[in-house]
Amino acid sequence: MARMKFLCDAERCIECNACVTACKNEHEVPWGINRRRVVTIRDGEPGERSISMACMHCTDPPCAAVCPVDCFYQTAEGVVLHNKDLCIGCGYCFYACPFGAPQFPQTTNFGGRGKMDKCTFCAGGPEADGSPEEFQKYGRNRLAEGKLPLCAEMCSTRALMAGDGDVLADIYKERVVRRGYGSGAHGWATAYASRNRGDALAPGRVGTGGS
Amino acid sequence: MRHLRPFLLLAALLLAAPAVQAQLYQAPGPTSPTSKDQVELYAPHQDKEVGIVSIPDSKLAVLVQPEGREWRGFRTVILRWGAAIAILGMAGLLLLFYLVRGTIRIGEGRAGRTVPRFAALDRFAHWTTATSFLLLALTGLVVTFGRPLLIPLIGHPAFTTLAQSGKAIHNFLSVPFVFGILLMIVLWVRDNIPEKADLVWLKTMGGLFSKSGEHPECGRFNAGQKGIFWAVVLGGGALAATGFLLLAPFALTGIGGMQIIHVVHGALAALMIAIILAHIYIGSVGMEGAFDAMGTGHVDENWARDHHRRWYDEQVGKGRVDPPPAVRPHPAE
Repeated sequence: MARMKFLCDAERCIECNACVTACKNEHEVPWGINRRRVVTIRDGEPGERSISMACMHCTDPPCAAVCPVDCFYQTAEGVVLHNKDLCIGCGYCFYACPFGAPQFPQTTNFGGRGKMDKCTFCAGGPEADGSPEEFQKYGRNRLAEGKLPLCAEMCSTRALMAGDGDVLADIYKERVVRRGYGSGAHGWATAYASRNRGDALAPGRVGTGGS
Repeated sequence: MRHLRPFLLLAALLLAAPAVQAQLYQAPGPTSPTSKDQVELYAPHQDKEVGIVSIPDSKLAVLVQPEGREWRGFRTVILRWGAAIAILGMAGLLLLFYLVRGTIRIGEGRAGRTVPRFAALDRFAHWTTATSFLLLALTGLVVTFGRPLLIPLIGHPAFTTLAQSGKAIHNFLSVPFVFGILLMIVLWVRDNIPEKADLVWLKTMGGLFSKSGEHPECGRFNAGQKGIFWAVVLGGGALAATGFLLLAPFALTGIGGMQIIHVVHGALAALMIAIILAHIYIGSVGMEGAFDAMGTGHVDENWARDHHRRWYDEQVGKGRVDPPPAVRPHPAE
């Protein structure tokens, strides 16, 4: 079975923010929540790059490890999802996440956090696939419809790719060989480094209660 | 001729295109990969990578923060083991101390007459801080240890209800906790200034380990009690400060600062729970007559003479207690 990953080719991203807008629109994400964002590093200097970043669906997800109520789970395809009925909005996952993926709606005047929201790889949540409850809590479940995440599908320069990690790696490597250069797939070492293989939290293993 | 100029310019540009392209796209050099195996896919990040974002949430400008891994290690391993060792270790030490020393008795037994020690306001400050601290500690421990210890027992949905209400209790009880500490500072700080007599007390550990029942002379509070006072004021104050910062996340610092604040809060909390365990022990089963001070507010005369001779003499001088009678009255037969 395919191991789902994101890959953003920093040499191709033009910071158009179409992925951000597509995500917001597809999932009807509320104000103040950014499941995906574009970060520009070395802005205005030589070597400026833009990278579209969201949940990377790590091999050994730190969010799942630190969650005090154990609300995360990983699907057989490696997609990291969470159960909003269990989440208490403590914010620990944001401290642990290397990519700043977890988002919290502000629910009180004292900075209190509501239930965490993050990129689902367009794979919904624990509710029945395509149900109104699932859409209301987690957004569209495109994977269940046989479609890939909309952010990557709409990327006009094909900088952002989503799908089987091995295929993405192959496409990226071929591009680098043709171009003669590449700045590395940002976040891959942190999210999918091979040293995490065999960990209890790897996809489908006991640690995350993976299905 | 003037009309021709743009076309000539265009022609020149077209002819120079390969050179321009080479400049724009940095033609492959000698180190460029020539096969797919040479492509570095897992470029490692050692430190934070921070850029800019065009959305209002500026903390999302952090692209990658590998430090989250260290924080994860603290939260899941170091904090749990550290807190467990500190709290269970202190409980074990106290049990051992109880088995060896037993309850510390009043030397001559209870006199039956009492000396007023803590007024209603004193006790109100103490018990406000004490109850809120106990509940804060309990709810904090639920969030820290609940996943390995409670979820297997009560299941996920019930634990979420518990943790959710625990979080609310933890947040709101910070207010009476801070109020109690402030009140205690106002009421007791002048009696808790360290002095020379404290050194004598510390040298003998207040006679804790001498069976002869000798007590170094001291005023209203001995060095141990002063230690508790300053631990609560400084430790509790730091817990409150870091707690409020965690309550208003990213108000003052970025992600790295928030991680450090959490580490300080967690480590201090474990330490404070261990210290307060010892305080509870010596104030209840550990010492005869000690609980009365915060219970009724009146302590036995002999207890006061045993433990706070100088304070007792002052109270006598102020006429706040009956002078000790020459002959001990015998109970009627």
